[in-house]
Amino acid sequence: MTKTYFEVIRPGINSTFQDMGRNNLYHIGIPFSGAMDNRNYILSNRLVGNNLECPVLEFAYQGPLLRYQGDKINIAITGDVNFTIKKNENLIYGRCYESFILENGDELDILSTNKSVYGYLAFGGKLDLEYQWSSCSVNTKANIGSNNGKKLEANQKINISFINKNLNNKKLNYINTKIENIRIIKGTNYDYFSEAGKNIFLNKEFYVSKLSDRMGMRLDGPKIENIVDTNIKSEGLIKGVIQVPADGNPIIMLSDHGTIGGYPKIGVVISADYDKLVQLAPGTKIKFKEVDLASAETLFKLYELETQNLISQI
Amino acid sequence: MIKNISNLGDAALYCDFGKEINKETNTQVIKYFKGIQKENIEGINNLTPSYNKLIISFDLRKKNFKDLKKQIENLEIDESESLKNKKVKVPVCSDESFSLDIKRLEEKLKIKRDAIYEKFFNKEFFCYMTGFIAGMPFLGDLDKGMRAKRLETPRVKVPKGSIGLTEQFANIYTYESPGGWNIIGNTPLNIFDSAKELEPNLINPGDTVIFNEISMNEYKNYYD
Repeated sequence: MTKTYFEVIRPGINSTFQDMGRNNLYHIGIPFSGAMDNRNYILSNRLVGNNLECPVLEFAYQGPLLRYQGDKINIAITGDVNFTIKKNENLIYGRCYESFILENGDELDILSTNKSVYGYLAFGGKLDLEYQWSSCSVNTKANIGSNNGKKLEANQKINISFINKNLNNKKLNYINTKIENIRIIKGTNYDYFSEAGKNIFLNKEFYVSKLSDRMGMRLDGPKIENIVDTNIKSEGLIKGVIQVPADGNPIIMLSDHGTIGGYPKIGVVISADYDKLVQLAPGTKIKFKEVDLASAETLFKLYELETQNLISQI
Repeated sequence: MIKNISNLGDAALYCDFGKEINKETNTQVIKYFKGIQKENIEGINNLTPSYNKLIISFDLRKKNFKDLKKQIENLEIDESESLKNKKVKVPVCSDESFSLDIKRLEEKLKIKRDAIYEKFFNKEFFCYMTGFIAGMPFLGDLDKGMRAKRLETPRVKVPKGSIGLTEQFANIYTYESPGGWNIIGNTPLNIFDSAKELEPNLINPGDTVIFNEISMNEYKNYYD
């Protein structure tokens, strides 16, 4: 059998292997990690006939340029992504939410994500990756996970240990909707903020700052005034928590967040809106809308139903 | 029983064990943390104990706040059981190349360098929690005269092994990370090892830590 791999000609800005992430390690300081946009991650696997929880390559803004060596293999890209496939001298413009067959020597060039942040590349087969705490997800800050806990680098290889036999074309009619309104539940320190501060938080527009990554999203905009204490005794955090440090600019905790924090929590993004939140690129407008717990639970059920519905269409 | 449980977002329980930060409150937190961990409750995906809080996060596909709250409230935890703890000795070199903030502390605390180290070395510290970054222990309590605030502007990079002080606590930077604590020395001891999946942390909540001083020469020749 010939060796099957992708050669990384250009790694992209922040390309990492991700899967469902790892559980039950917050108490030792290790976050979930895992694909930021869970729905697009699952759909990419479905499109190439993989188990939904297989590792994929997540990329941000600009993805990698890869040259393939091996027998025919299916790939699929999800998100809102520009990419091309070069077969000999022919250049094919790729479409998201559709599987494509790559042959020996083909080049896959993931040019950019359009007005969004993350995209997903799934390979129809099994990637040769190491598991750490039952997950391949890379956490570049702690160097945990596959690929020595590092992002993709130029000249490395992505080895494939098995190719799915079924190479049928699969596609899905789906358009990512963008939202600016992110729904939140009041945080445990909501009352630390002045009436004017709460009013700003729920009624004014903020902008996603450039200082955003897999750990957190910083926001620029009007300052939120704290009238009690700008520090709390350090305590646990979860994905989606919105902390407001002394400077009054909110920071939203994302999938690679520190597990403990000492800034007051003004709100928490509801689970149903997390996938949309992480796709908001720097400079994008963002507005918060408060909902109660019961509504958040209902909205999550709807989100789940919609995901299941999309899976069943593939 | 945990009396005060509220929701943190739609997928976590926020358990409050009281305002006071002391060993007794924290021991309660750790007992509940270990007790709940042992129950292996379906749907719980993380437990985060801290000084006086326990956050229980769950998979919203499998559980909801109301049901899990009831389940946790009805749980019988043996509070009398004493925790198994260990003592860990941590060698620290206070050479000026490591003690980045000792001058700042001398000014802020208005005590001399030697007095600071005298109050720090060979004393027993209690591990309240681990986290922020993987394996970082939060240890207490420092003497009343040793309590300083965080740096006004946090460092972008604190070197691996740095020993930091802030308020009543000491910590150890398990790898290079941003941070705002006052750095007074560095340990050659590896506190976090991701290759040991079952026990990556050298220090765990409830453990006792004693710092002992080593010279630069001992630091350089140190092997775990």
